[in-house]
Amino acid sequence: MGCLESLPYEVLMSKISFKEARDFLSKYPEKYDVQPGYRMFDLNIIGVPPIRVAVDGESLIFPYTKPCHGTFLIRVQNATDEIARLRKLV
Amino acid sequence: MSEEQPQRTALLVMGCPKVPVQTSLVLYLAHRMKKAGIRTIIAGTPSARQLIRVADPDGHYTMEMKDLDATIASLSQGELTVTDSYVFVHNDAGVSYAATIQFLTENPVTVIIFGEEAEQISLEITFSCKIIAESATHNPMSLKNKLEEAAPWDA
Repeated sequence: MGCLESLPYEVLMSKISFKEARDFLSKYPEKYDVQPGYRMFDLNIIGVPPIRVAVDGESLIFPYTKPCHGTFLIRVQNATDEIARLRKLV
Repeated sequence: MSEEQPQRTALLVMGCPKVPVQTSLVLYLAHRMKKAGIRTIIAGTPSARQLIRVADPDGHYTMEMKDLDATIASLSQGELTVTDSYVFVHNDAGVSYAATIQFLTENPVTVIIFGEEAEQISLEITFSCKIIAESATHNPMSLKNKLEEAAPWDA
């Protein structure tokens, strides 16, 4: 099981809805849709499909949902391996 | 020679334990499932599981309990298979968890919606599932009665 605390992350938005996360990430030119449960940084992504994730340079931005606090938008820098894996999905 | 039926495994997914009716309803549903001989797994956050553990210290009403994130990981990796799921939802995050469970299990999902925003939350459910909803916060009786009508332990 993954733990966000082990990642060098930045919170871009907090306590938002999954729709707000999807709308925000849609603005990025490079974006991908992943399925619920998609594993990224040893975390399973939670959400209503399509779950959007975005690439911004060498950073990956994705929604992270906790039962009591809603959805956070997380940016992880130097995410080249995960970005390469996403690009292969297309 | 009679064919052996695969064992039924029900997954009860708890959301944030902030709204009082959830713990009571999960205990009740787990109890009915257990009495019917159905393997029942309760998945929840540490706090949600502690509420159940303290209310049922000897496991009279419950069987297995698992961490919510670990359960999602097990389902996504194919290490856990369930035949039916019951997701307790009172907020937007709960809808996300319910959609994830529905996608990962590919088996029937019932979403039990409660809390002050139950009606609004119901409108956010766009995926295939059965919905049982009531704007209950403190008194579980209306939802308990709806569970009795649905009687998933008899299915």
